[in-house]
Amino acid sequence: MAVDYATLKKGGFMRQKQKNHFSLRLRVVGGQVTAGQLAKISEVADKYGHGYVHLTSRQGVEIPFIRLEDIDEVKAALAEGNVSPGVCGPRVRTITACQGSETCPNGCIESEKLAEELDQRYFGKELPHKFKFGITGCQNNCLKAEENDLGIKGGLKVDWKKESCINCGLCAKVCREKAITITDGVIEIDREKCNYCGRCAFGCPTDSFDTIPGYIVSFGGLFGNHISKGEPIIPFIEDHDKLMKVCDATIGFFNEHANPGERFKFTIERVGRQELEKAVREAYNS
Amino acid sequence: MADIEIQFDDTVDITDVVCPVTFVKAKVAIEELDDGQILKVHMNDGEPIKNVPRSLKDEGHQILKISENDDGTYDLFVKKVEE
Repeated sequence: MAVDYATLKKGGFMRQKQKNHFSLRLRVVGGQVTAGQLAKISEVADKYGHGYVHLTSRQGVEIPFIRLEDIDEVKAALAEGNVSPGVCGPRVRTITACQGSETCPNGCIESEKLAEELDQRYFGKELPHKFKFGITGCQNNCLKAEENDLGIKGGLKVDWKKESCINCGLCAKVCREKAITITDGVIEIDREKCNYCGRCAFGCPTDSFDTIPGYIVSFGGLFGNHISKGEPIIPFIEDHDKLMKVCDATIGFFNEHANPGERFKFTIERVGRQELEKAVREAYNS
Repeated sequence: MADIEIQFDDTVDITDVVCPVTFVKAKVAIEELDDGQILKVHMNDGEPIKNVPRSLKDEGHQILKISENDDGTYDLFVKKVEE
């Protein structure tokens, strides 16, 4: 019987150079794997693979050297440990994320929660070509938002609270964008310069900033054969539901306009960036 | 702005150590104090002034004042807040 490699690939089984061997890609959301899942992965890698795993560049886990005849058994064994295969090919890929504000002192948004949500919404969705989401919690950009087809970067919109300020000047000192000036004890924020990094608010010893978390969304990033940085359309999205609408519209745009095998960046270039901007703004304002 | 003199109970100099020992040294010093007492922390510009105040705040203590000295160092006054 002929082996259906396309179906195997869709199900996360990546064909190896070695005949009838596959590297099994697992489903990982935002780089989080439980201890229980790790134990099961370890067991399977020992029993069916070569006793090791490969960590991919996008927070994935692969178990190399799974034999063709073991595939069903491997899937069943993994399922016992609440581990499922990932995907490859023309569809929405692993949603990557940092740990975000849940644990990171610099985190502006709940990256992990958002990754779960996007995973539930889009993971494995069939599209004309691969589509990558990446979420990073702040301007430090550990998760390299702009190299994804759709990147989300957390930020904080800040407003000075005069009442509790002790005028120590730390906010202006820690601001890397030189967006803060202090004149006679009055703090002014240059909105053109502010990049929503939140350092002023985090560094403030008296919590004298009101903060609103939000999302900086970039479109059309690539970091493979061609390299291109995703660019934002709307500077700062505060509303979570609007973010989801923008994501829906983006996926819809790609699905409708992309040619098979064409990455999002090239679709944008071919169809016209203004068309994407129109679709994104419409969704945002709806 | 009027320079208000702050009375303090103890002082620690962290200009002789580098990150992350700067914060550790300040933390050890504040642990010696009683609730409500004030520590003066003498520190360098750069990493210490950017990180130590924040770390002390994150530990729950109250920063009262930060003043810059003529030699470019800083004095931070922090009130101990017991958990």
